[in-house]
Amino acid sequence: MSTTNPPKPLFREDGKRLSGREDTDLREIKMQVGIFKKAQGSAMAEWGKNKVVAGVYGPKEVFPKFLADPYKGIIAARYIMAPFSGAEEHGRAGPNRRSLEISKVVRHVFENNVLLQEFPKTGIDIQMEVIQSDGGTRVTAIAAASLALIDAGIPVYDIVTPISVGKVGGKMVVDLDKDEDNFGEGDLPMAFSLRTGELLLWQMDGLISRDELEDGLNKGFEAAQKVRVVQEAALKEKYGDFNGSDTGQN
Amino acid sequence: MVLILDKIKAEEVKALAAKGERLDGRGFKDYRDIKVDVRPLQNPEGSAMAHFGDTKVLVGVKVDLVKPFADRPTDGVISVNCEFTPLAHPAFEPGPPKEESIELARVVDRAIRSAEVLPLAKLGENPTEDGRVLGVYVDVYPLDHNGNLTDAASLAAMCALKNTIVPKIEGDLLIRGEDGGKLPLQRQATTCSFEVVSGNIFVDATDIEEIASYGRVSIGVTDDGFLCAGQKSGAAGISRDKLLELADLALENRKFLFSKI
Repeated sequence: MSTTNPPKPLFREDGKRLSGREDTDLREIKMQVGIFKKAQGSAMAEWGKNKVVAGVYGPKEVFPKFLADPYKGIIAARYIMAPFSGAEEHGRAGPNRRSLEISKVVRHVFENNVLLQEFPKTGIDIQMEVIQSDGGTRVTAIAAASLALIDAGIPVYDIVTPISVGKVGGKMVVDLDKDEDNFGEGDLPMAFSLRTGELLLWQMDGLISRDELEDGLNKGFEAAQKVRVVQEAALKEKYGDFNGSDTGQN
Repeated sequence: MVLILDKIKAEEVKALAAKGERLDGRGFKDYRDIKVDVRPLQNPEGSAMAHFGDTKVLVGVKVDLVKPFADRPTDGVISVNCEFTPLAHPAFEPGPPKEESIELARVVDRAIRSAEVLPLAKLGENPTEDGRVLGVYVDVYPLDHNGNLTDAASLAAMCALKNTIVPKIEGDLLIRGEDGGKLPLQRQATTCSFEVVSGNIFVDATDIEEIASYGRVSIGVTDDGFLCAGQKSGAAGISRDKLLELADLALENRKFLFSKI
């Protein structure tokens, strides 16, 4: 995100993006639920070249104990990038300022999403490991984490459906890849509960007008519907069709 | 850590909010008295202290000669950091930065960086012979935390950048105390934060109101009417319409905020 560097052309002569996508096209997204044995719930999301694995443990005892809340469960979320995840040089292992900030906002996403009042005094741990990055790792991580929570059997209000939108070459486009993220003019990662239509995650950088924000939010909401289809398909792959009522007909 | 008395007051804040009132009698969209002291310190190249009611946030700006980043060899460097000193609030503990102070610094950093308040290419324009460029370090020190540290920090940071005097550069040396001119600022940016309290939106929340809050939205705005940063924090969800409403309100508040610096 900078206009101080010579902007690389991010659109082809035919008006399409370098990847051949239209403004509202997503990269290919694949998800799989229940990939690990030890974690109570797990999932993998592949979003373009991004690959994130997520695992959930809990509800379990909180440590240190004074953090426990007598009225509701608490969530600990950890987003982290593996040192080999980037296309460039070896990264530093462990958390940094960026990953700590992302972990915090992702925790807030699931504080809204999990029925925490059902689990007083306990904790739920959400681990997200980025094993390959290509622009949009936090949304890929949220997509995987939401499925892992459901796989762990933890009651949630909804699937959390993330999407990123950004400003590239003066236009709002959906699902930025790495070059668009690095050389575009702005980035708006978000995550929706499509049941309520509410944003559970919203961040923004770049110089963006009010009307561009509106355009971006609407394009994000539209594109999130497509992501949701992939998430539901991944759950059905493991759990079969569920008709939404607990009638035992499945 | 939340103090028990603050928790009790926060319950009152929620009850009052449901009736359309705030503990200190302000309207939901009202700011406390805002004052920004210009250049309270002499050693840093720039400084400012923002007062939002009883909240006090000090910002110091230091200018150094630094090696540019490998992926931006012709750019200068800007960096925003924040330390929650234990002096400012009983819940602040010494030690490495925690997520709240990191988040604050990164939101302020995003607003300043995205708005291109300080064009990095200009800071890198005249490298020294040994290849160093100007580095601008913005350090945020809350001294008295009575709520809305983010907005106080970003307004103080903007003010401090405006009054920063770059030392003279001779050869490979920075001559501190000798006037090398102002920073090449091309725009102003600050943030406007909103707290969701019992379904209402509070502007410029106190620390007690922040405890009562279910979530926060911070929006960066520039003097020429752009949005330059965004962060939803806390558990609250927010609709698209509500977010746009807050963006409009932030843009409206910007004139008042920039009039203070």
